[in-house]
Amino acid sequence: MAYEPVLTRHVGDQDAYTLDAYVAKQRGYEGLRKALTQKPGEIIDLVKASGLRGRGGAGFPTGLKWQFVLKDTPKPKYICCNADESEPGTFKDHVLMERNPHLLIEGCAIACYAIGAKVAYIYIRGEFYHVQQVLEAEIEKAYKAGFLGKNIFGSGFDCDVFVHRGAGAYEAGEETALIESLEGKRAQPRIKPPFPAVAGLYQCPTAVNNVETLCNVPLIMMNGPEWFTALGPEKNGGPKLYCISGHVKRPGVYEASMHTTLRELIYGEQFAGGMIDEHPFKAIIPGGSSVPLLLDKDLDTPASFDDVQKAGSLLGSAGLIVLNDTVCMVWLAKNLLYFYRHESCGKCTPCREGGDWLFKLLTRIEQGEGQAKDIDLLFGVASNIAGKTLCAFGDAAATPVLTTLKLFRHEFEAHVREGRCTIPAEWRARQPMLAGHH
Amino acid sequence: MEYAPAKFHKSARKLAPAGETFTYSPENQRRFDEIVTRYPPDQRKSAILYALYLAQNQNGGHLTAAAMDHVAEQIRCTSAEVEDVVSYYTMFFTKPVGKYVLNVCRTLSCALLGAERVTEELCAKLGIKPGETDASGTFTLLEVECLGACDRAPVVMVNDDWHERLSPEQAGKFIDDIRAGGAAAFTGCHLHKEKK
Repeated sequence: MAYEPVLTRHVGDQDAYTLDAYVAKQRGYEGLRKALTQKPGEIIDLVKASGLRGRGGAGFPTGLKWQFVLKDTPKPKYICCNADESEPGTFKDHVLMERNPHLLIEGCAIACYAIGAKVAYIYIRGEFYHVQQVLEAEIEKAYKAGFLGKNIFGSGFDCDVFVHRGAGAYEAGEETALIESLEGKRAQPRIKPPFPAVAGLYQCPTAVNNVETLCNVPLIMMNGPEWFTALGPEKNGGPKLYCISGHVKRPGVYEASMHTTLRELIYGEQFAGGMIDEHPFKAIIPGGSSVPLLLDKDLDTPASFDDVQKAGSLLGSAGLIVLNDTVCMVWLAKNLLYFYRHESCGKCTPCREGGDWLFKLLTRIEQGEGQAKDIDLLFGVASNIAGKTLCAFGDAAATPVLTTLKLFRHEFEAHVREGRCTIPAEWRARQPMLAGHH
Repeated sequence: MEYAPAKFHKSARKLAPAGETFTYSPENQRRFDEIVTRYPPDQRKSAILYALYLAQNQNGGHLTAAAMDHVAEQIRCTSAEVEDVVSYYTMFFTKPVGKYVLNVCRTLSCALLGAERVTEELCAKLGIKPGETDASGTFTLLEVECLGACDRAPVVMVNDDWHERLSPEQAGKFIDDIRAGGAAAFTGCHLHKEKK
């Protein structure tokens, strides 16, 4: 049976983002109406039963996250929606907010009701200004229609949803750094514990959820947890958005169940449609730039949290970056380490100093000036960043080096031996040949 | 012997030149007062990024020490706290920038499809290096990290507008179009194309 999209079924429609279309075509705000007739605890149980896992990268069960939010406290509680989509290769939340914003707004309201919050802040990255404008206009309409604000549906439940604009910081996507940024400080992670569920925004109990995660909540409310679970493999239920970019014919966001294999996503006619030209597949980054590479032999793995992990990588944010054989792996690691070096928040020394050190080593090797001992040094430095920082950024920064060294060490050795890159110059991805394909 | 020059005090150290006297325009003051109500009354600092955007836009694209002092007064925090924030986030500038800030995404997916060549073309066209502003003060060229539109690579963000799938071959013409038509040349975002 062919998979029917539920998150993105209507995104191609001209009026997809409007409140009227959302109410008419997607039974909009019925999930919220239904939620308000139940007790908050029942909603958490429903989400737990559905097995919904966080779509931001970690895949942590959302119901549990909500259950951990401290209940007996006089303090206010908060929902923070993480819309700081910055992981290289990821652009799914972008589509949801721009083309289906009411699904997110409804998800925020249900989440607030479930944990006992009255305010949700959507932290959107500063570069998404055009998306923010759509989102804010639609929130305004939701207020006017009585879906947000005071006494929603006469239930006595009040809920505000506000958009908070970031200002350019990858690290703000880490949940405690996001909270710091929302409080008006530098986006740097906090020491955990206490976790946000106990002391988050303004030291109050807080749940931080990804955009796609919250968008699934109204669907679970309307269709029930059994429907949700049945959509995917065991423990990996529900619809999933995949962002496919790189050397494929039709890069874009595709919705599928987590039964779908990586090979189908790359080559399927309803998905990315195969490789861009005659150059064959070389490797794939399956979950945003922070996860290990997979090879052709791994492509029959279903793109689910658990299966990709078994194959030796992570589904992460489901940002699939597809690489053909024109890509030099030393160059790839250098490109990504430039990113991590630039984006490190500077709080932990291994990440701040180590990232820069790795970048310098990679630059030296890529320019053909490296020595054999530099390769071992790369491994040593990267291994001493991973696991030694407050947040997952350190592991993320070390991964591109460790995974390319593990799978393509011969390319590093060839650079050192030959004193240059061994990929033919005319193949190099930075040449105009590939750039002109659109 | 004097311990230190009489006129110097640490609190006088500033991240940016003082610039002209700065206060919000009535319109910006109204917008700030409205935004600040979104946060609890004792958490005005949450509005700092928004306050800085207002100040930066009013000041023609960059922040002066006077503008940051004004933000500090509005937020009711110290100037040092404002500088702490400004110096962290990449979207705030403490030096004058061109009327159009070209942000070329240089991260993996864009780089795979020619972002480095786009930057080269723009450098050649404008006669500047990344990080610089051209002599006329019209364009500033920056390389930035992943913009989150990897399916539409290579992406260039111009101020708050996006230009997607900008091939190296089109880069020079894009500059000509902006010179000729200003913001009317920002037609490269899929949203713009869908509106037509």
